Amino acid sequence: MAEVLVLAELNPAGGGVRKTTLEALTAARALGEPSAVVLGAPGTAAGVRDQLAEYGAATVYVAESADIDDYLVAPKAEVLAQLVSEKSPAAVVIPSSPEGKEIAARLAVKTGSGFLTDVTEIASDGTATQVAFAGATIVHSQVTVGTPIYTLRGNSVAAEPAPAAGTEQTVDVAVSDAAKQVRVVERVVEQKSSRPELTEASIVVSGGRGVASAENFSIIEGLADSLGAAVGASRAAVDSGFYPHSFQVGQTGKTVSPQLYVAVGISGAIQHRAGMQTSKTIVAINKDPEAPIFELADFGVVGDLNTVVPAATEQINARK
Amino acid sequence: MNIVVLVKQVPDSGSERKLDPADNTVARAAADNVINEMDEYAIEEALTIKEAQGGEVTVLTVGPESATDAIRKALSMGADKAVHVVDDAIHGSCAVQTSAVLAAALGQLEYDLVMCGAEATDAQLSVMPALLAERLGIPQLSGARKVTIEGGTAKVERQTDGGYWALEAPLPAIISTWDTINEPRYPSFKGIMAAKKKPVETKTLADLGVDAGSVGLATATSKVLDFAGRPPKGEGVKVTDEGDGAQKFVDFLAGQKIV
Repeated sequence: MAEVLVLAELNPAGGGVRKTTLEALTAARALGEPSAVVLGAPGTAAGVRDQLAEYGAATVYVAESADIDDYLVAPKAEVLAQLVSEKSPAAVVIPSSPEGKEIAARLAVKTGSGFLTDVTEIASDGTATQVAFAGATIVHSQVTVGTPIYTLRGNSVAAEPAPAAGTEQTVDVAVSDAAKQVRVVERVVEQKSSRPELTEASIVVSGGRGVASAENFSIIEGLADSLGAAVGASRAAVDSGFYPHSFQVGQTGKTVSPQLYVAVGISGAIQHRAGMQTSKTIVAINKDPEAPIFELADFGVVGDLNTVVPAATEQINARK
Repeated sequence: MNIVVLVKQVPDSGSERKLDPADNTVARAAADNVINEMDEYAIEEALTIKEAQGGEVTVLTVGPESATDAIRKALSMGADKAVHVVDDAIHGSCAVQTSAVLAAALGQLEYDLVMCGAEATDAQLSVMPALLAERLGIPQLSGARKVTIEGGTAKVERQTDGGYWALEAPLPAIISTWDTINEPRYPSFKGIMAAKKKPVETKTLADLGVDAGSVGLATATSKVLDFAGRPPKGEGVKVTDEGDGAQKFVDFLAGQKIV
């Protein structure tokens, strides 16, 4: 069977494989036999092989070098291009993070290939599904030149185990000077959160302008925590300073596609819909019965979030 | 400090955006076309750097005739001049092909910095800095929420989940900016008047030495096979809270086996 390279995205320092990687391994099986590629500083691959094998990686290529970690994007694209030229895979599948998309783009230029970003499905003939224009249009696309490169949007494909050998193979790394131009001086974490990452979470609870203040976002966080959910915010809430930008859902923020999306005090402007329209189930809580968010909602509550949300949180916690 | 800002004209995200069933490309005539909102932050940042360090800000766009509106907007904010690559052969180009055209156009300009918005609101790829950095062999400092130019070095805070990465690279470099970086200025009346007199150079593929057969729909590296509107959602349930809203919400979640 044809080999498909899957770039593994890992959690920081010993945090294991990200869910998006397992989803990518699952999606890649439509095209052939997946091999995982682990790129990072020395020690990165330790402890991740078993999980990659469990989700279908026949081979786990390990390329470890301090240079991969010390410089932005370019070294990863270079090593991946080297593997593509050595292995001639049927395709490359990469989790669709900002870095993943940039690696895909550079790899496309290096290998003379086409690439498709944020795909939500890959069929066995290589046709990918994408959503365009705020989720309003569904598109089927194909790469027509070179080795097809896909970046897979998180939460689009359910990760399913399919145990394989996971034979580890070391890749010699010699990062060129050209790929060592942008030094990562420091990685700074400003907000530590025990909540799931927005684009990976199966439930997202978001607050909008209706939440009315930064302090009041504790209501949103309370509901999120009762459901084990990530917290999101609309652009209006972020622009008003209620919640940090890295939690913004919408056109100029994150695109999420969880099992359940709860929009609280969010009117549902196109800007916001762009980031959440593909969620499986949508619940809206808003005091304005005419709010456009209700057009998307599977279940809507017209009411004051300040009473409805805390009461619901209490009931959910009581059920545990 | 000479800065080239890449600008893209996009269909307004507030209007109904469609693909054209004739060739599956963006139906530009169907929507209001505006400057990509995110590019305004890149222009603002470029103008701020220029005001502090001198030099010139040049706007570069690849797009149809109508894209002059986006150019005028950038010039009225304060950019000095513009280059507009217009050629019918470009229609339907993929990102890989567009990057080749931009790279050729940049090859004819003198710059210390190339700047652009961190994403275009139509295709939302966020890959142009990576594509151009790869083609031009210059550093890619993408997704900036803060930019500092000191001597021959660019320092950038790359926005990440819950924080940032501090990046550093020598110039010339390409930087893309998010909307967290600044507050773009509104063009003044004086700016709008002055923009009418600023030079806009039009270039064809031949001017850039790009083979017309290497770009456009026919040779794109990916193609859209078909598209359809998202199937309409079934009518949802809407209840009005009369003291029982929370209960009904929780019951719905229980029905979905979520709680």
